[in-house]
Amino acid sequence: MKSLAELAAIRDKMKGKVGIRADHDDDTRIVVGMATCGIAAGARPVLNAFVELAAKHTEKHVSVTQTGCIGICQYEPVVEVMEPGKDKVTYVKMTAEKAAEVFEKHICGGKVVTEYTIGTAHK
Amino acid sequence: MVRSHVLICGGTGCTSSKSPAIKAAMEAEIAKQGIADEVSVVMTGCFGLCALGPIMIIYPEGTFYSKVTEDDVAEIVSEHLVKGRVVTRLVYDETLKDGEILSLNETGFYKKQHRVALRNCGVINPEIIDEYIGTDGYQALGKVITEMKPQDVIDIIKESGLRGRGGGGFPTGTKWQFAANSVSDKKYVVCNADEGDPGAFMDRSILEGDPHAVLEAMAIAGYAIGADEGYIYVRAEYPIAVKRLQIAISQAREYGLLGKNIFGTDFNFDIQLRLGAGAFVCGEETALLTSIEGNRGEPRPRPPFPAVKGLFGQPTIINNVETYANIAQIILKGPQWFSSMGTEKSKGTKVFALGGKITNTGLVEIPMGTTLREIIEDIGGGVPNGKKFKAAQTGGPSGGCIPASLIDTPIDYDNLLAIGSMMGSGGLIVMDEDTCMVDLAKFFLEFTVDESCGKCAPCRIGTTRLLEILEKITNGQGEMEDLDKLEELANYIKSASLCGLGQTAPNPVLSTLRYFRDEYVAHIKEKRCPAGVCKKLISYEIIADKCKGCTACARVCPVGAISGKVKEPHVIDKSKCIKCGACIEKCKFDAITKK
Repeated sequence: MKSLAELAAIRDKMKGKVGIRADHDDDTRIVVGMATCGIAAGARPVLNAFVELAAKHTEKHVSVTQTGCIGICQYEPVVEVMEPGKDKVTYVKMTAEKAAEVFEKHICGGKVVTEYTIGTAHK
Repeated sequence: MVRSHVLICGGTGCTSSKSPAIKAAMEAEIAKQGIADEVSVVMTGCFGLCALGPIMIIYPEGTFYSKVTEDDVAEIVSEHLVKGRVVTRLVYDETLKDGEILSLNETGFYKKQHRVALRNCGVINPEIIDEYIGTDGYQALGKVITEMKPQDVIDIIKESGLRGRGGGGFPTGTKWQFAANSVSDKKYVVCNADEGDPGAFMDRSILEGDPHAVLEAMAIAGYAIGADEGYIYVRAEYPIAVKRLQIAISQAREYGLLGKNIFGTDFNFDIQLRLGAGAFVCGEETALLTSIEGNRGEPRPRPPFPAVKGLFGQPTIINNVETYANIAQIILKGPQWFSSMGTEKSKGTKVFALGGKITNTGLVEIPMGTTLREIIEDIGGGVPNGKKFKAAQTGGPSGGCIPASLIDTPIDYDNLLAIGSMMGSGGLIVMDEDTCMVDLAKFFLEFTVDESCGKCAPCRIGTTRLLEILEKITNGQGEMEDLDKLEELANYIKSASLCGLGQTAPNPVLSTLRYFRDEYVAHIKEKRCPAGVCKKLISYEIIADKCKGCTACARVCPVGAISGKVKEPHVIDKSKCIKCGACIEKCKFDAITKK
């Protein structure tokens, strides 16, 4: 190592990894239902898609976690987005492609993707 | 892409309760369940809550599992990591409230803590330098040697108000200034990691959990005073700390963060390890230097102080592990940030190793000025088994006790000295009503008598005589004039001993005499040990009315001192009794008394 720039490069590369190990109370939380029903319906690729996107956009301060069965197994994979100070948004029947769209429009753009939410699915 | 981090404590406490086997089982199970690419298992340093080990934290949820065993691993993987369901039965119960899981920082143990020196312990893998760099590691060193003059560094440390964490509390910046002012071609930076107080393990945990923080700070110190060589003197009884230091040093060398022309400048600095054989006196700075030089670890008179004439006769600074662990943070966050914590004359935080009669045994870091009550009741979870808090010993064998009446004293260097104790390196031993204070003083004296190096007479002979008087008192042969003798002798030892070991050795006697004189008097006048500890002064008796003749006591007595017929009251033969207390524990009818 001959310069501060090299040190900074290692730091930035590692920050995304090590930064996950803290309690972030004011982060946006994306929670993916990962019970048997969720996994069977294909929740794993959804989860992994969100994890990758969150790591790519560290400036958005998003933490991706999993949870058990929410009780609406027919709508799995279910994803909940909780932004601090806003109402929870529940997306249903998710796929990795839809996940990318939600991340881009909702998390980055601030607009809820209404057609994938549980409210629309009910109609 | 990794979505979840499983942190497993690899400190000495959890390692001895088999955390390495848990880590191996975890990795195997994760591979078996096919999620090896998504989950990373990390061995970290100490989380602090050693009483509940082995400890595992899973992020991003921040779920805190305690007392994990190998048998729990499969369930944690299939439930938590695959299905996202927390394994509630293993969760630290303080984090469970009304069915909800609280974050760790909301629990009593962590809420009042403020982690500066311990900031990376339990967070990063200490054996991977990149993880340290990822938490701003080596940024301070880079800033110092490319942007600052040595005097600027010293000024920042002075302004922060940092004082030596090894016990003495000497201002660190002033010490560095002395060494910088000494003119010499060769200077040294030494780290005192010879942690010897019974019950203290702060320095060990920092070395195990965040070794690079110490290396970085030593290099900064080297730049500040004009030294190119450093030594870490660590005890050989800390094998995990030694191993992680060796790994850290070789990784830092590989990255060019130690060695020649660091960051392309003309600053050179390298560090060597020296293992101590475990003599308590080698924690005294001049004895430590003598030991590094290859001689028997004996202290030498000061002055000359090490800053003028230290290691190999050259100007040397010697600081404690925890002191160094604060340095990089002060450089990065500024001296005002550091001095905003703490009290008027004691800035920053202090790490304590909490032990003895306390619910949460472990490592805590608190801002200076936190009261003893907050440490014991809020963080420590109070005295277990419904017993009453009696006193706390700070500073180990060099310190003194703080009685329950002074529990609201804000802890800092000057307050502790004023009440006859001292900060010491940070051991904090809690005692309940079952502790005999005369016996406690005797225990510490036995330690210092053993550990006195023998070079000067006041310490070698004086402490032995002190111990003899204490033994006389606990054997029930004490006289009132012994108390005056104790005090007189203690003061002579304090004023005449060569080094810190002897100068502080009488402190446990003096402070227990000051706050618990009545216990000494009870031992002498009434031949009675109020706490029921001193064996020569207690006797066991069976109350005939309560004894049902169940024979349980007679069967458990290891020396056959109890006799009697079945269903008839038993009797203890006092000439045979060795006062082990086994009978009391066995008796279901409270028929045995200890007086």
